Amino acid sequence: MKKTYKIDVDCANCANLMEEAAKNTPGVKDAAVNFMALKMKVEFEDGQDVKTVMENVRQNCKRVEDDCEVFI
Amino acid sequence: MNAKQKKNLIRIIITAVLMLVLAYMPLSGWPRFFAYLVPYFLVGYDILYKAGKGIKNRRTFDESLLMAIATLGAMALAVYEDGDYTEAIAVMLFYQVGEWFQAYAVGRSRRDISALMDIRPDYANIEQEDGTLTQVDPDEVEIGSVIVVKPGEKIPLDGVVEEGTSSLNTVALTGEALPRDAKEGDEVLSGCININGLLKIRTTKEFDESTASKILEMVEEASSRKSKSENFIARFARVYTPIVVYAALALAVLPPLVRILGMGLAPEWGTWIYRALTFLVISCPCALVVSVPLSFFAGIGGASRQGVLVKGSNYLEALSEVKTVVFDKTGTLTKGIFAVSAIHTDKLNEQQLLHLAAHVERYSTHPIAESLRNAFGHEADGCSVESVEEIAGHGVRAQVNGKTVCVGNAKMMESIGANWHECDAMGTMIHVAVDGEYAGHIVISDVVKENAAAAIKALKKAGIKQTVMLTGDSARIADRVAASLQLDTVYSQLLPQDKVAKVEELLQQPATGKLAFVGDGINDAPVLSRADVGIAMGAMGSDAAIEAADIVLMDDDPLKISVARRIARKTLRIVKQNIYFSIGIKVLVLLLGALGFANMWAAIFADVGVMVLAVLNAVRAMFVPQCADIKERTVQVGSDVTVA
Repeated sequence: MKKTYKIDVDCANCANLMEEAAKNTPGVKDAAVNFMALKMKVEFEDGQDVKTVMENVRQNCKRVEDDCEVFI
Repeated sequence: MNAKQKKNLIRIIITAVLMLVLAYMPLSGWPRFFAYLVPYFLVGYDILYKAGKGIKNRRTFDESLLMAIATLGAMALAVYEDGDYTEAIAVMLFYQVGEWFQAYAVGRSRRDISALMDIRPDYANIEQEDGTLTQVDPDEVEIGSVIVVKPGEKIPLDGVVEEGTSSLNTVALTGEALPRDAKEGDEVLSGCININGLLKIRTTKEFDESTASKILEMVEEASSRKSKSENFIARFARVYTPIVVYAALALAVLPPLVRILGMGLAPEWGTWIYRALTFLVISCPCALVVSVPLSFFAGIGGASRQGVLVKGSNYLEALSEVKTVVFDKTGTLTKGIFAVSAIHTDKLNEQQLLHLAAHVERYSTHPIAESLRNAFGHEADGCSVESVEEIAGHGVRAQVNGKTVCVGNAKMMESIGANWHECDAMGTMIHVAVDGEYAGHIVISDVVKENAAAAIKALKKAGIKQTVMLTGDSARIADRVAASLQLDTVYSQLLPQDKVAKVEELLQQPATGKLAFVGDGINDAPVLSRADVGIAMGAMGSDAAIEAADIVLMDDDPLKISVARRIARKTLRIVKQNIYFSIGIKVLVLLLGALGFANMWAAIFADVGVMVLAVLNAVRAMFVPQCADIKERTVQVGSDVTVA
């Protein structure tokens, strides 16, 4: 399953770091961050609870870039 | 500017003013140090805070952390050496200027590009029973509802005009400046602006499925498909920072050690640590990382203003490398509409022959019948048309004003024993016989698009090596079209599956290079997806085309292919310039820094200055390069060439 989330981040490199962080979150099959459109597209692994996974994605993103937000 | 940007701008200005004031204050020693700490913390507190977070999260290569180490180190060296704190604060100050500029520029282009794509409808008018209009969210309008669009308003949903006539401005959808007329029964698309008349429209699609929503979704989605350049930069950014940081560490430690142990000289720790700190200032790959996606975003935005929708940066990149363009014939190079191109009579005059044929075909829905009726133009002339009989595979027979008229193909003429004859005109022959006697024939053919020849010429001028046409039509018609358009190669009499095979065959030839296929998207979806770049024509309303293609030309105009290619090439040129320029300057300053020729001021230029220049360069991609063949187009319009 794929879902798109709005994000907020100021720098392009941070967006790349967020993408990495999201990709490495358990339960996430693939993720793409679109810096220009400020969107994050997340593909979940089957049978994952989207809400918990996204909470983790958000936390992991915060860890690499404090000044970012993922609107779940 | 948003609140955050405003606040940062004020911080930057106050710091700059403070620095000027401090430069003229006769302070020295510790009071001087503490005085300079004020602007340092004012401009850098958030960086220091983030650096702290970076340590907590054990992120060694966090850019804020590196910036904090560089500036704090420079401050410490200044205390220890000459008391010149300006450099450290300037690094922080310019770093913030760079960040601010980046945020501002990116925000601006986001706004500019969404303004270009200003097709999102805000409301729909629904007429109440008492005749008053209420504005509702277009999302809530059901299929089949009647909506009212006043002059000056955007059409919110796709539908069919129920009542009223008007001109529509389709520029946001197609890039075409000429207004399009809409009258009762016409299909209209969301995103067009109603110019002058009041229109009542029966909706045929929901909001999410309407053209405007689909296009917006596509454009927003576009930059998620990353190009090779973007992936390269992302990979580069991941290794760049660690390399520079380790190099800095080595620079700080190794040369002094070598000097003491190997050469017996003074270690000069201060000098080497200073050089290492300059490295840290250049360690952020920001300029590159922001400028590449920004260029693609601007390029895709600029293309959509021209009515060319590009579904991803990767397709823009591929298009710039295309060497071979393969066209489908019908609907792509030709209009796909049949028109009468010649009337040859044996008896009667031309008008009479057309008159009879049109009457016989009065009730037929076949495209050929339609073209006959269109050519004749005044069907309702009071002639009696009776006992119409359609003979499958032959044609139509009817009584017109008491005479038996047969209109059909050669087989029909054979079967009624009329003495028909061949003709060397191109196209489909419609024979006419009156009371069993041959009267003549009408030739019907497809019409080549006005801009088709100009489009091929423009592509060749733009460096396309090979142009190919694929068609299901007979060799005779295909060759004639190809010759008139000066195409290099033609493959005719192909079934849809043959087209895929042909494209695959072409892809295997080394001379082909990257291949683009241009089709109308209706029955060539497999070919569109097989080609390196699939370009669909005639997307106005055709969902199949929007789904299958990588690039969609909203207004059917083949000339837009070369426009799209020019945009693609310009964007890629800008991307390359930015990559070479940014990496080049950074490497140069790193080298000079290691050798002691570049100080922190040079380093901050390599970081911030380069980023500002790269961002400004990236924004250029939004503007479409003008070229001579755009002007040619106005001359071409109106000279319909009938060949096939």
